[in-house]
Amino acid sequence: MTMVYEDHGDEAADDVPVRRIRFTVNGARKIAEVEPRLLLSHLIRRGLELTGTHMGCDTTNCGACTVLVDGRPVKSCTMLAVQADGHEITTVEGLATASELHPLQEGFTEEHGLQCGFCTPGMMMAAKALLDANPDPTEEEVRWALSGNLCRCTGYQNIVKSVLWAADKVRSSANTG
Amino acid sequence: MTQALDEIKIGGLGASRKRVEDSRFIRGKGNYTDDITLPGMLHMEILRSPLAHARIVSIDASKAWDIPGVHLVLTGEMMATRNLAWMPTLSYDTQAVLATDKVRFQGQEVACVIADDPYIAKDACELIDVEYEPLPVIVNPEQAVAGGAPVIRDDKENQHDNVIYDWEVGDAAGTERAFAQADVVSKLRLHYPRSHPSPIECCGSIADYNRATSKLTVYMTTQAPHIIRAAVALVAELPEHMIRIISPDIGGGFGNKVPVYPGYVCSILASILLERPVKWIEDKSGNLISTGFARDVYLDGEMALRGDGKILAIRMHTDADHGAFFSDAQPSKFKIGLMHSAFAAYDIPVAHLTARGTYSNKAPGGVAYRCSFRVTEAMFFQERMMQAAATDLGMDQADFRRMNFVTDDQFPHRTPFGFLTDSGQYGKCLDVGLKAVGYQDFLRQQAEAKAKGRLLGIGISTMTEPLGAGNSREYDILGIKMFDSAELKVHMTGKAIVRTGARGQGQGHETTWAQIVSHELGIPAEDIVVEEGDTDTAPFGMGTYASRSTPVAGAAVSMVSRKIRAKARKLAAHLLEVSEEDVEWELGRFYVRSAPDRGVTIQECAMAAYSNMPDGMEPGLENTAYYDPPNLTWPFAVYIVTVEVDPATGVWDVLTMVAVDDCGVRINPMIVEGQIMGGLTEAYAMASMQFITFDADGNCVGSNYLDYLLPTAWETPGFELHSEVVTPCPHHPIGAKGIGECAAVGGPAAFVNAVLNAIDGTGVRNIDMPLLPDRVWEALTYRRDVYGAPPVRTDD
Repeated sequence: MTMVYEDHGDEAADDVPVRRIRFTVNGARKIAEVEPRLLLSHLIRRGLELTGTHMGCDTTNCGACTVLVDGRPVKSCTMLAVQADGHEITTVEGLATASELHPLQEGFTEEHGLQCGFCTPGMMMAAKALLDANPDPTEEEVRWALSGNLCRCTGYQNIVKSVLWAADKVRSSANTG
Repeated sequence: MTQALDEIKIGGLGASRKRVEDSRFIRGKGNYTDDITLPGMLHMEILRSPLAHARIVSIDASKAWDIPGVHLVLTGEMMATRNLAWMPTLSYDTQAVLATDKVRFQGQEVACVIADDPYIAKDACELIDVEYEPLPVIVNPEQAVAGGAPVIRDDKENQHDNVIYDWEVGDAAGTERAFAQADVVSKLRLHYPRSHPSPIECCGSIADYNRATSKLTVYMTTQAPHIIRAAVALVAELPEHMIRIISPDIGGGFGNKVPVYPGYVCSILASILLERPVKWIEDKSGNLISTGFARDVYLDGEMALRGDGKILAIRMHTDADHGAFFSDAQPSKFKIGLMHSAFAAYDIPVAHLTARGTYSNKAPGGVAYRCSFRVTEAMFFQERMMQAAATDLGMDQADFRRMNFVTDDQFPHRTPFGFLTDSGQYGKCLDVGLKAVGYQDFLRQQAEAKAKGRLLGIGISTMTEPLGAGNSREYDILGIKMFDSAELKVHMTGKAIVRTGARGQGQGHETTWAQIVSHELGIPAEDIVVEEGDTDTAPFGMGTYASRSTPVAGAAVSMVSRKIRAKARKLAAHLLEVSEEDVEWELGRFYVRSAPDRGVTIQECAMAAYSNMPDGMEPGLENTAYYDPPNLTWPFAVYIVTVEVDPATGVWDVLTMVAVDDCGVRINPMIVEGQIMGGLTEAYAMASMQFITFDADGNCVGSNYLDYLLPTAWETPGFELHSEVVTPCPHHPIGAKGIGECAAVGGPAAFVNAVLNAIDGTGVRNIDMPLLPDRVWEALTYRRDVYGAPPVRTDD
């Protein structure tokens, strides 16, 4: 992000490197000026003010920060913002259309797939990547696809049911559409 | 004839109402502490000690101050000039905010930097130069009391050793006599390893001191905002009415977000000094290495038995490792929490418990992680001792438990440690569980499999636990009684808002409290909004932990609704032009007893409260209730697990996990089941892989998610939940009992008992958790018990 600093008359302040990147987020084209070391998750949360993508750890384990980059699930805490240059990012805020929730969002509500809600955006993005690639997953396939996303509240059983609910809905509206 | 309201349709008790909270969470529109930005906000990062025990020789922060964008560097010395280097804990001890003389655990807070941007703050932390002089390290209770052990708390005037307390309860002499009469004495030594609640969201705060109004507002991850307000008033010496604590959405608590952490205090002081909002959000490593851990208790347990299997007495000694400061949030009267609730489900005439707490060079804590104030330890020890005793007697595990259960007609029942249990159908729950798992069939399959070299096992665990702290005679935290509250305001169109002193972190209070109001008043749940967490608006309460909210705050919601209904009855009589005695109530409506078609709805009564009051009546339809529970509530559960153990590797797979939970009346069955499944997963995690340990130098192993293993959707088994047994709580206004922690309390022993049952025949009586494959393999191959936490390998 562009920053404003106190000017102590110190040349060090002139040395802060900045790169300009162009990318798309949830369909909107953006330009950002970022330090090379800025994490993508921080660009999303602070630069773009899309706080639905959460950060829960510092070792790439929890998956709360999962977004889609060109449709593939990526832990945004383990990607630098500069690496998003020229790419398309989808966050949880981009799941619903103007008039409709995504079936995953409906499924998580129907099947009580969330409690505190903190892991939920990451779970849904990872699940979306699964369903985009595999519209009729087995329970095992769902569990494997979500094994990069930690949850402490639900015990996962209802999350799996939520994803399978969504898969059913997507398939049946594909059949009737 | 008007149609009576359908309570389920309007979202009353028993409705699996979809959650109100979900709407914002599924859209990514939750409002967690780190989502909040205030104008002019600065960012704080903490510098932590790499050493577990060391004298601080010097701190040089000059290079940190020089980085552009740094506004403030705080050290213990600076805090000390404002009397803030130390703070009181919730257990009448003191805790360092920023280290002054020594560091006492690896990860302890030494300094903090406040800067324009968190990256700059981290850069500056790295440039702070701290010189340490290492001291000998203590990492367990045995070392703590060994001769020549260094005194960790040499900051405390009257502390000459590392003992925090010695506590006892029960009847020592009577227990001794009973043991003398015993046909069999069954002994067991256990270590419940150190664990960490580790909600996905870490702790954090945004302190905002407004010089213009003299008001301090703090947004923070807290399960108990009113307790924090009192603590901040005490520590920061600010007047209580000028402090506002706001607990926004919380990404999981599990007890980790109850204590007052140094980061909160530093952010508050920094905001006061800089007159700008200061945000501190810790990272996961900071959270795991320094915040309220769970467990780390050793047990020496003995059971006196008659030859036919009747338990004559229990003797327990526990050693709890509290870390460097005694900072647990728990009822002040009970030093080891409710450890003495152990064996409450069994009819035992006499018992004695002694408990010792010691300091060590580890982070402070112990009471956390869905533990109901150490009841996780109590019930784990209980069910492991039950398993060992049945094995020693050569008795069937289910029969041994059943013959010792408190029977249905024995309530109210006084346990040998002084608790009063009031309700339950223990035998029936066991029946349901055994049937669901196909007990006799399983035992046959087990025998057949064994003949072919396959190891199947079945483990049973039961628990009843005291939930809903607690009545004012016995329960307080820092002298404040543990009541809770609810305020209900019914607006003129019959819509309502309810606020309580609880603070959910995923339990669904916004959904369930409305259901209680709906049950009492017949107002549809969707017409009722629920708020919690802002001390300026919420009535005083002691927060949400230890499964106390439904028992206490939920009861308050019910009671305030009844106050409203009592006033509405008077309004109804006035509207119907009859006397109050002639008015009857059915869900949502008052009617004339002799002419049932003549009635008014609750909504019409609400309108009348604003527009058509009888003479002499105060207008409005709003009230508050404070609830001092007469007793705790006692849910009961049976958990049964079947496993297969691979003898070549020690890997074990869960075949079935059956849970039979009797928590009285269920407000929202869907939410109750969610709580149980969450608890079972924690139980599985603790039994199978989750632990924190320390090497001899006090280096923490398990301070990040690479080392601290949490089960994912892949490892976690499926669950079969049963809700057939419902024994309402006799004293709770809607017959509900607590449930949030039951499965974490009773679950772990079921997994451990199952694995040990699978390797029965090797003579192994115990493997301490976590039952990692190499530990199971070691036990079964060398035919020996595996005791204590996994050792940390060194290179020598």
